[in-house]
Formats: sequence, structure tokens, C-alpha cells
Amino acid sequence: MSLLEVKGLKVAYGGIQAVRGIDLRVDEGELVCLIGANGAGKSSTLRAIMGLAQARGEIRLAGQRISGLATHAIARLGVSLVPEGRGIFPRMTVAENLAMGAYARRDAGVGQDYDRVYTLFPRLAERRTQVAGTLSGGEQQMLAIGRALMSRPRLLLMDEPSMGLAPLMVQKIYDTIRTIAQEGVTLLLVEQNANIALQVSQRAYVLESGSIAAAGASADLARDPAVRSAYLGH
Amino acid sequence: MVLLAALLIALPFLVEAGLGRSWVRVLDFALLYIMLALGLNIVVGYAGLLDLGFVAFYALGAYLYAWLASPHFGLHLPFWAILPLGAALAGLFGVLLGAPTLRLRGDYLAIVTLGFGEIIRIFMNNLNAPVNITNGPQGINLIDPVSLAGISFGRTQELFGLTFAPAHFYYYLFLVFTLATIFIAYRLQDSRIGRAWVAIREDEVAAAAMGINTRNVKLLAFAMGAVFGGVAGGLFAAFQGFISPESFTLWESILILCMIVLGGMGHIPGVLLGAVLLTVLPEALRYIGDWQRAALGRVVVDPGDLRMLLFGVALVLMMVYRPEGLMPSRRRQRELHAEDGVAAQEQASLYDSRA
Repeated sequence: MSLLEVKGLKVAYGGIQAVRGIDLRVDEGELVCLIGANGAGKSSTLRAIMGLAQARGEIRLAGQRISGLATHAIARLGVSLVPEGRGIFPRMTVAENLAMGAYARRDAGVGQDYDRVYTLFPRLAERRTQVAGTLSGGEQQMLAIGRALMSRPRLLLMDEPSMGLAPLMVQKIYDTIRTIAQEGVTLLLVEQNANIALQVSQRAYVLESGSIAAAGASADLARDPAVRSAYLGH
Repeated sequence: MVLLAALLIALPFLVEAGLGRSWVRVLDFALLYIMLALGLNIVVGYAGLLDLGFVAFYALGAYLYAWLASPHFGLHLPFWAILPLGAALAGLFGVLLGAPTLRLRGDYLAIVTLGFGEIIRIFMNNLNAPVNITNGPQGINLIDPVSLAGISFGRTQELFGLTFAPAHFYYYLFLVFTLATIFIAYRLQDSRIGRAWVAIREDEVAAAAMGINTRNVKLLAFAMGAVFGGVAGGLFAAFQGFISPESFTLWESILILCMIVLGGMGHIPGVLLGAVLLTVLPEALRYIGDWQRAALGRVVVDPGDLRMLLFGVALVLMMVYRPEGLMPSRRRQRELHAEDGVAAQEQASLYDSRA
């Protein structure tokens, strides 16, 4: 059984169909990517999974139906989202932001998880008392990822972690994403930067105007002539 | 701490000796407004929900008190029985207002809450026919004063060799309630709920993604704020002995909001300062009329108008020079005065391979 199963997902805003009935799945321990151009429906798909967008179709987490649940209920079932544009709490400090990540948890392992995040992102450890709004874009992205990890998610959703970052910072963020995946966290990643997305992921789906245009192992997709010309600039 | 306690206990007598008894009443109102401002601060300061109809909850608390302790319905319940009911009624209306407005933010929420405040006032103004519930614009009179341990707060009495006027009794009663309110406000601020409110104010989507039930937590903010307003309303009715819809106009809501903005939104000491300033200053400005008469022989500018003018000027100056309030929380101060060096830091972190 897949950790995440999406069947016939449709998202519409008013009369406009952003996602036109897609199927996808993410297995336990996998790093799966959703790539596509602007407006292809990638973010809408993530938002629907997180319960942030009205959607039709079926979404299951480890067999349990989560479509129709409220966002906070989905979060409490173990889905964590790194929102587009990072969505950190700008007036809270780094440490307070991380504490919010563990909001729904009541177990004793939280302290240990701070250490884990600080080890993953030494920069955050240096700036733990700094206000998040004054961090650089890359640091804010690290914080958003760290905060999402604080909930010990079964499934981590990331919306364009490379957005608005300098190439060097993108590389850094993706090195960390790779590390997180190796630690056993299941990831579903939305990314416009198809190049880097296909490098880190095992499987990928290509979205085009709300439908899945191609799917398969990332390495195969990276060799596919159609994908190459449309998304990789070759 | 002991000094502060001694000062708070002696304050009404010091004020009476120095400024006259009418100032003890001003003191009582300052305490009432502190309670109201702390209540509104939960909604506006913590949860970031701009509520312009807060006075409606104050009105509900006051009217419930008047209904249950006056000749209007012939009921005379004791105040400790009515206040919890008033709090509950206000809290219920807080939820009733909150539920349909959950999706609204900022300006839109402000407009709806403004409407709500006016609706309550207009109801109070018109519910005198066919069944006389509120006695309409005439208001409800002869409301029972608070009575505790056989002492009616409505009469001047000699106790421990001191003269206690009603204003003195109510000062101590309000002081107890105010201290309790401050205590609750602090506990709420530092609680899980308090953090959830701040998270919602900062970024509602992210807050929901953290597992915060945004709907319930927002409703709770409305309800908690309303409860404070309802209790203050009940105390107000008992203190005044008379209430009418005129006491619950939009102006009151705006005044309470100004107290929060002036003092420092979301910061309890700031809210206290704002409430005290905006109750005491307008009273002090009344003296301007006397000065004019003494200096010019007649009143050239009506003190009432002048008060409004100075009030407006003060608020404009605040917005320009100190938008975070007189005593802001550190968090808000940081927000409105961006720290320097952020750009430099961004630049540095770009080419730093450590992280």
C-alpha cells in the first residue's frame, strides 16, 4: 500500500479547472517530484492534499481517506507542508518558529528534534534567537523545512523550495532535501526547476495544464526527448 | 510589589484628597476600560482580528445585569450570580459573531463587526415594543448597586474611620476584577492557545499546516474577548445604576481600539497604559475650559471640541512617529523598525558554504 494515493483529483477555482483529474501515488520512503510549468496545477495539487483547496476526487494517506478533512486534521495525521513562499512566522524567532512546528505533538522527543534540525541546518542554530523575518531568503527556506520536520511528518510536502533563491542556495537546500530523504522521510516535491528536481527524486510526474503528461523514474524522464526539450532546455 | 499594592489600595483616597471625588470616578472608569481593552486586545492584538463592534459585548453584559437586577422586570439577583451569566451571554454572542466571519480578514472583518456592534445597539434602542424588553432609548434605571457582605456599594458609609463613597467601593471591586483580568490575559498569552493566536495572526495557512484548528482557535479568541467585555458591562451597569443605548455607540468601540493602538497592540503593559491615558487625559482636558475662562474671561473654544481635536492630533502623531504604540511588545517593535543589515546578511549567506 502506498503512503499517499491520489485518485481522480480535480481542483477548480470558480470556473477555472486547475487540476483535471490526476492520479498519483507516493510510496513509503520515496522522494517523488511534481514538475511542470507555471499554472500547470502543481501547487493546486499540493494544496488539495493538504486540505487547503476545495477538491474532488480521493486522497488517501496510508489507506485512510483524508480528502475533505480540515487542514489541521490532515497535519495531525502526519502530513507536513513547506508552503510556497516559505510561510514562516516572520515576527517569531527561529526557535519559536520551530516550536510551532511541534505544536500538535505532546511527546517527549521534541527536544531531540530541535537538535536534529540544528544539526541539519547549523545556520539556524546560530540564529535561534533571531527574528525569522530578518533571515535571508535561503535561511527562511531552511527554517520552513526545519519547522516542517519538527512535526515528525510521515509525509513531507514541499512547494517550490528553490523559488527566489540564488543558484548556490538552491544547491544547498537540495543537498539538505537529499539528506532528509536518506533519513527515511517520505517526500513529495513540487518544483519548477525540473533539472534539479529530476536529479534528486526517484520518480516524477510531469503536469501539463492540469493533467499528467508523463510519469516514471526520474532518470528515464530526464532522458525523454519531449521532457528534455520542454523542461530541461535541451 | 508591596509598594505598588499599597499605592493601589491608597490611590482612591490620595486622588480624592488631591483632585476631588469626581476623579475617583474617573479612576473607576479607567479600571473598566482596562478590562475592556484587555478583552479587545485578545481579539485584535493576539489573534489579529480587527473587531470594531466590541462594545456590543459590553452592552450585552450591561443589559443582562440591568434585566436581572432592577425593577424593570422586578428581578433582583445578586451580582455574583449575574456576572457569570453576562460573561456566558457575551461569550455566546462572540461565537455567533465569529462563526459567520471566519473567512473574513482585515477591512472586511472590520466592516462586519462594526455592523454587528450597531445592530446590537439598535436592537437595544427599539426593543421596547410590542414587549418592553430594553425600555428603548430611555434605558433602564434604578439598577441595583453591588452589595457585598451586607454593605451596599450604592451608599456612602463610614468604615474603619474612613468615608467610603460608592466610587471608592467600586474602585476596590473593579481593582480585583482588573487584576484578575490582567492575570488571565498573561496566562492566555503564554499558553498554547496564545501561541496559536499569534501564529494565526502571522500566517493563517501556515498555522493550519502546523495542526492548529484555526476555526476553533479564532472562535475562542472572539469568545474570550467577549467574556471580558461582558463582565465589564455588568460592572458598568451596577456602577452607573442606569444604562441606555447611548452608552454603547461605535465611538466606544473605536475608543477601546485606540487604547490598544496607542499603548502597544498585543502587549499587556502597553494596553494598560493606553487605557489609563485615554480615560484620564480627556478628563484632564476638561480643565481647558476653566483656564480659558480665567485667562480670556469667556470660553472661546469648547473643551469638548478641543478634546476631540487634540485626540485626533495625538493619534496622527502616533501613526507617524510611533506606529507600534507607546509601549510595544518587542515583537511588534521589530516588525515596524526593520533591523539593518538584513541585505548585507543575505549577501553574505549566499556565498557561505557552511550550512
